[in-house]
Amino acid sequence: MTKEELKVTLEQLLPSPAFEEGAEWTTVVIDPAGWEGTARKLRSAEGLKFDYLFCVTAIDWKTHITMVYHLTSTVYRHTVVVKATLDRANPVIGTVSDIWRTAEFHEREAFDLFGVEFKGHPDLRRLFLTDDWKGWPLRKDYEDPVNMIKL
Amino acid sequence: MDVSTQNTDNKPFPGEVHPTAGGGILVTKLDEVIGWARSNSLWPLVFGTSCCAIEMMSTAGAKYDWSRFGFEVARATPRQADVIIIAGTIVNKMAPVLKRLYDQMADPKYVIAMGACATSGGPFFYNTYSVVKGADHVIPVDVYVAGCPPRPEALLHALISLQEKIRRGPA
Repeated sequence: MTKEELKVTLEQLLPSPAFEEGAEWTTVVIDPAGWEGTARKLRSAEGLKFDYLFCVTAIDWKTHITMVYHLTSTVYRHTVVVKATLDRANPVIGTVSDIWRTAEFHEREAFDLFGVEFKGHPDLRRLFLTDDWKGWPLRKDYEDPVNMIKL
Repeated sequence: MDVSTQNTDNKPFPGEVHPTAGGGILVTKLDEVIGWARSNSLWPLVFGTSCCAIEMMSTAGAKYDWSRFGFEVARATPRQADVIIIAGTIVNKMAPVLKRLYDQMADPKYVIAMGACATSGGPFFYNTYSVVKGADHVIPVDVYVAGCPPRPEALLHALISLQEKIRRGPA
């Protein structure tokens, strides 16, 4: 499906999608509250079949946190980017590890470095950092006076 | 200045041969001959933590071929290695591993800090929570190589400098 066709299909499928322009892939901003249902639709809808989640990441914008999911279809070879804006003080979003198994580790990484809580994740603990680590190192306001030399 | 002219210390053999009937007498100093032997068969440890390792592999490969200088016996165990080339960034989580590898190597052992990360933390010096700002915080370093990453020629120069250092003997 081309970018435009994908947009039309997504508008029919999702309740109120907002699109971002100017990117390589079709980018849709969704409501984090309904993300699990949306994800299930994206995975199974005829003509979409986004069966491969190839990147989960988070962005700290200082005012809010954005979750970014990159999905592609091994059947149709089209790609979509799904974004969801979260509250920075209490970033919570549903897990998709039961829909795409790969999300299990990806979400642990986002939790480890940004402190995003994934509701329903089977094993949400630190991935790279030590278990007793305090804070979320990839947040913009992270301070570590022992190891960090500020510039 | 190319490698062969720069490498002034590299005498073919540190000693004199006095020809006599039925063979010859070799006169040398034990320290010198030991240093000469050590310097020409340095076995590096297979150790690379980031992109410098790619340059190190290139140095080992056919084009640059560090076996010309006696480095070809790369060992995957610290117990058989003489020199550890710190090829890449050392993060706080890796530091104890590096220390343990160094401790497991048998004396005499040598360390080359390859590239900016191993020397000082390099591009990760500022605003990083995870990187050790120089591998010499963890283990003693003999030779530092500049570059990000250094070219194979630079690594070869460091290896030859290390050989010269070994031949000069303990300070």
